[in-house]
Amino acid sequence: MHFPAHIKLGDSLILLLGCLFTVWLGTTIWQGGAADKAIIRSGGKIFREVPLTHDIEINVPGPLGTSIISIRNHQARIASDPSPRQYCVRQGWLKNAGEIAICLPNQVSVELDGSQKKYDSLNY
Amino acid sequence: MTASIIKLDTSAEDHHLARLAAVALGLSVLEAAIPSPLPGVKPGLANIIVLIVLARYGWRTAAWVSLLRVVAGSLLMGSFLAPGFFLSLVGALCSLAALAASMHLPRRWFGAVTHSVLAAFAHIAGQMLIVYLWLIPHSGIAYLLPIFAAAALVFGTVNGLIAARFMDNTNEQPSERTA
Repeated sequence: MHFPAHIKLGDSLILLLGCLFTVWLGTTIWQGGAADKAIIRSGGKIFREVPLTHDIEINVPGPLGTSIISIRNHQARIASDPSPRQYCVRQGWLKNAGEIAICLPNQVSVELDGSQKKYDSLNY
Repeated sequence: MTASIIKLDTSAEDHHLARLAAVALGLSVLEAAIPSPLPGVKPGLANIIVLIVLARYGWRTAAWVSLLRVVAGSLLMGSFLAPGFFLSLVGALCSLAALAASMHLPRRWFGAVTHSVLAAFAHIAGQMLIVYLWLIPHSGIAYLLPIFAAAALVFGTVNGLIAARFMDNTNEQPSERTA
C-alpha cells in the first residue's frame, strides 16, 4: 500500500482544512444556541423567568427549604440547595440554551432558554 | 409497415464518452446495493471515474461523463425526475463547478485528493441547499450538516486516493519508484 504517497502537500492542506471545517460545523451546530434567559420552576410551576444579562441571586422556596440560584456572566447555577445528594448543585454552571439543573427533592429546577427554540424532536 | 431506422452519426469521441460513462454507471449501480445508514450518505464511487476523466481528458469530458451517469443512472434505478434525481443532478453540477475551479490549482501540489474532497463538499452543500429550499424547509436539517460534512470528507478522501492510485499505476509505471 502506497496510499500516503498519493497525498501531495496541497492535498494534506485541503484535508486539514476539511477536518477543521467539519469540526467547526459540529461544534457550532451541535452546541445549541446561546441562552438569554433562565426559567426557574418550583413545584412544577414557573417561579420566575430572569434574563441572564444581570448578575443576581434568587431564593426559591421548596418543600425542604430554600434553594439559591445565582446568575453570573450569562451563566446560571444552583448555588445551594437543601436536597440530600446535591446533584443539581454539583452540576455547576449552565451555559447553553436547553441545559437544565433539577433538584428533585426540593422540586426546584433552573433551565436555560434561548431565542431560537430548541426541539427535542422534529416533525414536518 | 417498413421498419424505420433512426441513425445518429456518432463520432469516436462519443463512443469513448459512452464507454467512460458506462463504467461510472456500473459503479453507481454497484453502490446502490450497499446499504446506507442515512439517506444521502453514499461513497459516490462513480466519482472516481469522473476524477480520472478530469485529469486525463479535461473538464468538458468529465462533465459529460458525470451528467450522463446521473441521467442514465436514474433511468436504471427508476428515479428519473423524482426528487432523488434532482438531488443527484444538483450535486453533480455543484461538484463539476468545484472541479472546474480546483483543477486550476497547481498540479505540483494539488492532486486528485484535493479535487475529490472539494467536489464532495460542493456536492453535499448543493444538495442540502436544495433539500432546504424545496423538500424540507426547516432549519432542523442543519443538525445533519456535520454528519454529511464528515461523510464528504471521508468518502472524498477515499475516492481521491483510489483515483490517484489508479492513475499512478497506469500512467507512470516505469517511474513509480523514483519518488
